[in-house]
Amino acid sequence: MLLIPCPWCGPRDEAEFHYGGQAHVPYPEDPAALTDEEWARYLFFRDNPKGPFAERWSHAAGCRRWFNAVRDTATNEILAVYRAGEQRPAAVEPRTPQSARPTLADMAPEEPQAGPAAEPPAGVQKADPLVSGASGVGEDQPFRLPTRGRIHRDAPLTFTFDGTEYQGYRGDTLASALLANGVIQAGTSTKLGRPRGIFSAGVEEPNAVVQIEAPFPEPMLPATTVELYDGLVATSLPGQGRLATAPDPARYDAVHAHCDLLVVGAGPAGLAAAAAAARSGARVILADDQPEPGGSLLGTAEHLDWVDEVAGLLDTAPDVRVLRRTTVFGHYDDNHLLAVERRTNHLGAQAPDNVSRERVWRIRARRVVLATGAHERSLAFADNDRPGVMLAASARAYANRHGVLPGRHAVVFTTNDSAYAAALDLTAAGLDITAIVDTRSEPGEWAERARAAGIEVLAGHAVTGTEGAPRLTAVTVAPYGQSTGQREFSADLLLVSGGWNPVAHLFSQAGGKLRYDEALGSFVPDACRQAVEVVGGADGVLDLARALAQGAAAGRRAIEAEGYTSETPRLPQVAAQPQTPAMQVFTVPGRDGAPRFVDLQRDVTVDDLARATGAGMRSVEHTKRYTTAGTANDQGKTSGVLASGVVAELLGVDVSALGTTTFRPPYTPVSFATLAGRDRGTLHDPVRTTALHEWHVAHGALFENVGQWKRPWYYPQNGEDMEAAVLRECAAAREGVAFMDASTLGKIDVQGPDAAAFLDRLYTNMMSTLKVGMIRYGVMCRLDGMVFDDGTVIRLAPDRFLVTTTTGNAAAVLDWMEEWLQTEWPELRVHCTSVTEQWATVALVGPRSREVLGALAPQLAVENEDFPFMAWRETTVAGVAARVCRISFSGELAYEINVSPWEARALWEALYEAGAQYGITPYGTETMHVLRAEKGYPIIGQDTDGTVTPQDLGMSWAVSKKKPDFIGKRSYARADTVRPDRKHLVGLLPEDPAAFLPEGTHLVADSELPAPPVPMLGHVTSSYRSAALGRTFALALIKGGRDRIGERLYAPVGDRLLPVTVASPVLYDPEGARRDG
Amino acid sequence: MADTALTAQHRSPLADATDRLAAATRSCAGALRLAELPFLAQVNVRLDAKGAAADAVGLALDLALPLEPNTVVRAGGLTALWLGPDEWLLVGRPGIQRDLESRIRSAAADEPVSVTDVSAQRTTLLVSGPRARDLLAHGCPLDLHPRVFGPGRCAQTTLGRAQAVLVSRDEPRAGFWVLVRSSFAGYLTDWLLDAATEYAWS
Repeated sequence: MLLIPCPWCGPRDEAEFHYGGQAHVPYPEDPAALTDEEWARYLFFRDNPKGPFAERWSHAAGCRRWFNAVRDTATNEILAVYRAGEQRPAAVEPRTPQSARPTLADMAPEEPQAGPAAEPPAGVQKADPLVSGASGVGEDQPFRLPTRGRIHRDAPLTFTFDGTEYQGYRGDTLASALLANGVIQAGTSTKLGRPRGIFSAGVEEPNAVVQIEAPFPEPMLPATTVELYDGLVATSLPGQGRLATAPDPARYDAVHAHCDLLVVGAGPAGLAAAAAAARSGARVILADDQPEPGGSLLGTAEHLDWVDEVAGLLDTAPDVRVLRRTTVFGHYDDNHLLAVERRTNHLGAQAPDNVSRERVWRIRARRVVLATGAHERSLAFADNDRPGVMLAASARAYANRHGVLPGRHAVVFTTNDSAYAAALDLTAAGLDITAIVDTRSEPGEWAERARAAGIEVLAGHAVTGTEGAPRLTAVTVAPYGQSTGQREFSADLLLVSGGWNPVAHLFSQAGGKLRYDEALGSFVPDACRQAVEVVGGADGVLDLARALAQGAAAGRRAIEAEGYTSETPRLPQVAAQPQTPAMQVFTVPGRDGAPRFVDLQRDVTVDDLARATGAGMRSVEHTKRYTTAGTANDQGKTSGVLASGVVAELLGVDVSALGTTTFRPPYTPVSFATLAGRDRGTLHDPVRTTALHEWHVAHGALFENVGQWKRPWYYPQNGEDMEAAVLRECAAAREGVAFMDASTLGKIDVQGPDAAAFLDRLYTNMMSTLKVGMIRYGVMCRLDGMVFDDGTVIRLAPDRFLVTTTTGNAAAVLDWMEEWLQTEWPELRVHCTSVTEQWATVALVGPRSREVLGALAPQLAVENEDFPFMAWRETTVAGVAARVCRISFSGELAYEINVSPWEARALWEALYEAGAQYGITPYGTETMHVLRAEKGYPIIGQDTDGTVTPQDLGMSWAVSKKKPDFIGKRSYARADTVRPDRKHLVGLLPEDPAAFLPEGTHLVADSELPAPPVPMLGHVTSSYRSAALGRTFALALIKGGRDRIGERLYAPVGDRLLPVTVASPVLYDPEGARRDG
Repeated sequence: MADTALTAQHRSPLADATDRLAAATRSCAGALRLAELPFLAQVNVRLDAKGAAADAVGLALDLALPLEPNTVVRAGGLTALWLGPDEWLLVGRPGIQRDLESRIRSAAADEPVSVTDVSAQRTTLLVSGPRARDLLAHGCPLDLHPRVFGPGRCAQTTLGRAQAVLVSRDEPRAGFWVLVRSSFAGYLTDWLLDAATEYAWS
């Protein structure tokens, strides 16, 4: 959502504005002097530059002012705004992209004193033994550790997976609880049906995507993100879920939030950023997708005391809002970010009814710090998809967050240092790690630490294959790149680390560019035009001390840029760690014919990508679409960079040149129900009602939607169908008296000394000659001469008019008036004010209407000579102050009675009572349409479609010949608008008086269809059954129609060609005898 | 036309919603108060802010029309809302609209002003209580923080899917007026009541 700065109201969401096209295209001084070509150029041709472009905008939902903006059409950046009539400012500069990372100079003072190098562990610390057999916990949950983890062992939960009941604890995810119970397989793959196991511990999970069955069915949720609750029922999926068939009973809502600083991610870097800003008075939002802050520290169980300290600081800071269980999933223009907060999912059946289940946060942030961390990357080795293959850091997270070991005997396969820390920690937790397989020939200090802990390190080796049916039982290892020298290890767990991918999704969505980082072997944020910084793992900074310092510096810079004073937060002392460069590896040769999966979710292998490049694909965007790698809810989290690396190898190019696919929102799937929020059911779209709505409801009206209005359509009585009800209502209007709620007509009060001159320019007919007390029908056209709206104009005073518009066009007509007044005719002293709801309008129609009105308006002289057609009077009707207009949209004697809506019900009920003796009948829009069609009165938008001139409608009489100019006039001299074969509005009478022509029916000349293409003469725009005519009839737009009156044409309806006769559009009372009663 | 005194037959746009608004207020137990303020006098005034009429009208009303966008000026029971650089909405107690209109017209004399009674065009919802801002934030994209939208501020914007005029009342705790087109009032009330469910004691 762009922010557009209104020159009056300041920055507002773009949804409040209407676009008005190119600015500085003035209305020609003398359109009549232009050639057709020059006029067409003015009408239809506009510039379309790439780059800065001056445009007109209207702050439609705000101050209604038109203004000009210079927008860069390539970036959508608004470079300048200025008021209508002002000169376009001289060259304006676009924002220059800013580095997403602090400079080294900024970093330096923030670098904390590194402590002395940590003592290498003297050996494996005492293992927490895996309990098996006899006692408590272990019996039910054989892979649960007795001590580690942040689960609540005093809060056991029961859940069901694939029909089996299990126990877990509060604080578990579905995945961790399954692992605790020894269940690692959580589905089969979508295309190949291969068994798949839990692969990760976070949102990147590609395999364990499950169906939740109870309490409410939800498809395709990663088990790693489902917080366990009592009574959870889930099933594994074959790669595809099932939508619920019952309506979702939960509530969903949205909140708009504004802040000086939004920090995304509550890991070490994000917490440091938030801590630096917490007590400054700046408004800070910290959002994190987990139930508690800490990020990667929760997985490593390091510095948790510092995490608690910062969390306490943030919870008590008055201007800080910490959003837990909240995933920021989209980063849009002008730092508008969308997040979804999962508020009650984790409560299961205990979720309160009145609290929204999920909430969309629409956050507008002055500055953003992205601390979204990094996802561990896998490697494409043979049979790398067996249940038991897991990311190394994820296994560590299961031990430290959930007190779960995902297996008993593990082999680690790595290309970098990070897996060593995981291996050592897991060993300490009781996991038997048989070997660490490192592709690097010299793995350095960390390897020494592992060896000291009793783990065999195979340097310069790689995994070449796996065994197991389905769970992993053995891992085959060989020197990297060789097929000889194989060794086999028995293992039920293979922990993989191919390096780390910064989570750059949001940065990329924000328009940020990525660059390849050689040392990291991945893509990192580079520069962005928005006020955003990226810190920590998301910036490729995997070293904890640097990530903390970087986060604190970014938080400080952000709020200082907003004018607040930061403080230096306490950061934990982090021991410096040895570092040996990672090796860039994507594919690993292995057993011939064994699949090497790149995208586990989509079953895409190295061979599939090879087929794509073999077919000529040269870009990752193309290989993605060819193979589907990186689609579905993975969206490249596990497969993106790996696929780029594989494709680069296949093409023999450098991965840095190849790049990644584009990151698009949402970062993680968001349900449609959540996005819809409150805007569903009766609140889906505003319903507009009149002051008489409840009466209509009480009297059985069926309603028609006209724009957002609910208008009575017809009032069926005693089980009538629509046809019967409408014939009855029409008969009442033609023979007795009937009344209709016409309050929805748009009404605009036009005031000022130049009001008459203004309306003369706007309408095709002359309004300045209208006398006070009188009414004139008017037609309004666009510049191209096509009918745009029609209605009546009432002259209230020499300098004041009341204009009515069609129901659906009220806002558009007012905008149109304001556009001309503000941008082209600012010299006119006239103002327009909507008074649509200031007045309720009742149409009283029929030969007996005069008697009903006369009875209720004793002070009103109702006879023709006193109160002629197209006059208005102020009087009292049924004791209610009223403006009564003699207007007819039916051809009958009729009045429109305008009163305050506060008293409309009183008026309406008085009319109903006074008219009872004449059988007064309420009627709806369908009857109104029939009555007007019988008289050939067009309805704008039904009988017209933006290609019809007043002349086409047979209303040349409404187009002034006297006025020097008005909007549309020049277009009536264009060759195209004087063609003799233009479509005219005519009547159609089917030869069979009972035959009904569906609206939209085409018309052809011959009784037998010629071979296609069949020449079409026009189409039916309105079609009805007429009580007055005793037959069906239609209105139609027909080529040269007025010259065809009396001709027979044919209408293909179904498989028949119905003969019809072209007629005048005025089929009822052509002499107008009924108008005066 | 007759005078604008209210009689028993006057029905406000939200007459049928009175009970539901009161029930929601009760169930929110002090967190929120929702009510219609029906029949307030509302007069739309258009004039040149730099012209003689602005001063004359200000004198006649004993109230200077606000010139700063999106602000209000209150005096003597009248509230003047800035709606545009040459447009204001005067809001006062029920029934005074005719009097306001004639005072403005006579003050402006021959200066061109446009004065339109729009009392029935919109109705007014009172949204107050400690959670009033939170309630409106469910559907209003504007920043309603007291530092940004405190007493003295007003704005034309959207609430839910309807256009509305928000007015921050004169004390921070007094909440907001939400002026809404009468035809949208039923929708907006349904929307507010649905949003208020969250703040009810269950």
